[in-house]
Formats: sequence, C-alpha cells, structure tokens
Amino acid sequence: MSFRAAVITFPGSNCDRDMAVAIEKVSGTAPIRVWHGDAHLPEDLDFIALPGGFSYGDYLRSGAMAANSPIMRSVKRRAERGVPVLGVCNGFQVLTEAGLLPGALMRNAGQTFICRTVALTVENNQTLFTGGYDSGQTIRIPVAHHDGNYFADEDTLDRLEGEGRVAFRYAENCNGSRRDIAGVLNAAGNVLGMMPHPERAVDAAHGGTDGLALFENAVKALAEA
Amino acid sequence: MKIRVHVSLKPGVLDPQGRAVHHALEGLGFAGVDDVRVGRLIELDVADDTSDEALAEMCEKLLANTVIENYRIEKVG
Repeated sequence: MSFRAAVITFPGSNCDRDMAVAIEKVSGTAPIRVWHGDAHLPEDLDFIALPGGFSYGDYLRSGAMAANSPIMRSVKRRAERGVPVLGVCNGFQVLTEAGLLPGALMRNAGQTFICRTVALTVENNQTLFTGGYDSGQTIRIPVAHHDGNYFADEDTLDRLEGEGRVAFRYAENCNGSRRDIAGVLNAAGNVLGMMPHPERAVDAAHGGTDGLALFENAVKALAEA
Repeated sequence: MKIRVHVSLKPGVLDPQGRAVHHALEGLGFAGVDDVRVGRLIELDVADDTSDEALAEMCEKLLANTVIENYRIEKVG
C-alpha cells in the first residue's frame, strides 16, 4: 500500500522539496506536489505537509496571506475529517493564522533570525507524530526562523498543557516562546505545528537524523490504521 | 471612502520590536521615554457604501490577528 502524501507549495515556500524528499525517503512514495492556488486536494490523502519558507514574503504577518489561499479551505476540511497535517516553520505559522492551531508566532524575542540546531524535549509521545520517540527524550533538530516566538494567552497555555497538546519544548528557549513551546497539536491530535525542521534531520549528511522518527512513526501508524 | 485601520499589539503581549526601538531612542539621548509599542497602519480606499460590518470582517479575517492584536477603524472621509 502506497503512502499518499501531499506537500503544499505557496509562493515563497522554500522547504517544500526537502519535505517531499524526507517523506519519500521514509515512505518509499513521492508525495503529490500541490500548488496553493489549486481549489482541491487530491482524494484519499494519508498525510498533508505545509512546508517552511517565506510565503508571500511574510507580508502583513508570517503565514497570514497563505492561510487565506484557496487550497487552505480544502486543508481545513481534511483536517476536520482527521487527515494528519504537519506544518513546519512557515507551515506552523500558516496553521495558526488559519485557525487550525491556537496561538500565534511572533518576532523572536532577540530580534534576530536564528539558524542553528537546537535541543528539543519530547513532551507527549502518545501522538501519531511523536510515537517514535520516548517521552522526555532530547532530540536535536535545526531551526531557521525570525518569527518563532510562540504566544498564547495563559488560559490557552494551561489548556494546551493540561490536554497534552504540547508536543515539543525547547530544551533551551532560543526565541522567547511562552513556556518553551516548540510544537503544538490540535484538540484531535491530527494537526501538528512546529518551528524546528524535522525534514532537515533525516540523513547523516544533514548532521543528524533525529527527525526521521517523526516521519517513520506517521507512516507506520497510518499503514496499520 | 478613505479608511485607516490601526493595528496594535494587545496589552500584555511583549513587543520585542518596540523594546529595541526604545533602546535605540535612549541610545540617541532621548530621556523620559517610558515605553514604545510598534503597530501598523493600513490605509484602505473602499466604496462609499462599504458597511461597518464588512470593514470589521476585513480586520477580523485578515488585517489583524486578534490572538495578539487589537484594531481600530478610522473613517478619514
């Protein structure tokens, strides 16, 4: 059974190819590449990925324009039907702007663009995306962003933590994110947004392979479903 | 009809950009600046019969992110 994944490309996406390569490496099947202006996603998708980059040049707010592009209406409907959606970096910003995930990604507290590998702690390993890690495990994944400072009000943060919806935290807070949050899930657990780039840590030549388990677990879990 | 939409960060939301501008003002020797918040001004030219509801919807759906921002609509004329 082949794994039907789609990678969405917005104008200004620049990690879409890396995302597609990572998914193909793990699943053995090249994802379908979908343009933001398409009205509909292909049928029977197992997985949807929103890649990193600078959609629309970060005009207005990072992810704000892409969140209102035609394809996002289709992404929202699939997410509501339970199709797994992974948003990385700009993809995470798009998911918050689209209302699929709570909170917002603000300018890094230090004002600078951060591009380096950071240590993350796996908070909740009982999810489709994190089941290949141990709870509390430290993994090393690259970040590359200017607007990764996760913000939500205190009530929302309490609710996210209480419901196990914090997937990853920064072991060392690099951008000012509230409660060190690096990745959050929706209430149903099928939508994950994260600022670090797991697709940039899937090959020894990348300097680390800690991102592999995320894709492997998603492929395995969906094959068994 | 000319419209100005003033978008500002909500109280309590940290503004790293405002803080950096604050430091820069102090560096220039301006004393007595207690706080700086950086917002955004969006100017629209819309049809005269555009309703208040439609303007508010534009702000809610796109121009402001109400998780972190407040907006104020000003009709300039």
